[in-house]
Amino acid sequence: MHELGIVFHIIRTVEEVGRENGVDRVSAVTLELGEVSGVLEDYLQDCWQWAVGRSDMLRGARLQVEIIPAKTLCESCGLVYPTVAHGRTCPGCGSESTHLVQGNETMIREIAVPEPTPEETDCPAAGAV
Amino acid sequence: MDKVKILEIKQSVFASNDRQADQLRARLREKGVFLLNLMSSPGAGKTTTLRRTIEALQNELRIGVMEADIDSDVDARAIAATGAKAIQLHTGGMCHLDADMTRQGLEGLGLEDVDLAILENVGNLVCPAEFDTGASKNAMILSVPEGHDKPLKYPLMFTVCDVVLVNKIDVLPYFDFDMDKCREYIHMRNPNAQVIPICARTGEGIDVWADWLRAQVAAWKNTNC
Repeated sequence: MHELGIVFHIIRTVEEVGRENGVDRVSAVTLELGEVSGVLEDYLQDCWQWAVGRSDMLRGARLQVEIIPAKTLCESCGLVYPTVAHGRTCPGCGSESTHLVQGNETMIREIAVPEPTPEETDCPAAGAV
Repeated sequence: MDKVKILEIKQSVFASNDRQADQLRARLREKGVFLLNLMSSPGAGKTTTLRRTIEALQNELRIGVMEADIDSDVDARAIAATGAKAIQLHTGGMCHLDADMTRQGLEGLGLEDVDLAILENVGNLVCPAEFDTGASKNAMILSVPEGHDKPLKYPLMFTVCDVVLVNKIDVLPYFDFDMDKCREYIHMRNPNAQVIPICARTGEGIDVWADWLRAQVAAWKNTNC
């Protein structure tokens, strides 16, 4: 499955960045997903649930997906129009000289790292008193 | 309790794969090994085309083939029968190969006695196009029964390919396949793509394809010096 491969790459990237930043637990990952990226969120979430259980750093982490709407620019008349509704043909002038300006993203935007509360950072001996 | 720190990453999901692919390409260049990533839908004729390609080039190039499939080893057996070195890679349910899987496959194949390594990717026109395998060049086979409109339906595949082999041209009289339209649609997605009509069953056009491949392998080895 396509989405499974993507999930493995997200996990690999987050683990790399996590290690570079001395992070050992991640509680959420935010992904920007283009409307025409070809990645389906439902499948992605299913694969995510399965795959994060196999990562020490990401076990139980949530995947937050933000969909980026697809927009296409017409090179002939300069119109920017919604891609999904009109495809590659400009609805303004009928030109086929168009290109996608956004909507193909699969970008890991940020990760959330739980910070220990002050009580948890206290030494166990003090807590026992 | 729920205090969290946010770390900004701003990295494409494909960035780590692209890095690994570039590293693999650099290593292949150093070793003088040309890697062809061959893609197509299931049944377009990858294995038959490969057998023809091996026949045409095996006296001048040392060829190694990696057959990627979700399961089975029927393709690797068919290739091994030609005398070329062949290994089977199982993707374990995944619909494509990425750069790291390709690197592992090449380690299994062994690069020391290979000039031309060919990766027969999983039969699929969508996912393999998204993951750079680290190959020197990408090729795809479109067979006549699939129709000339495929470049419109699977644009990314045709955008990433350096060469498109239009296979099964012996059945052209029986299908509404328009070769001119096919070329036009391919060039809409990728103006630089070479289009070579072939028939793997009869061997027609295989000489043109072998010439293209021979020239690419030579150019790859020369830039190494």
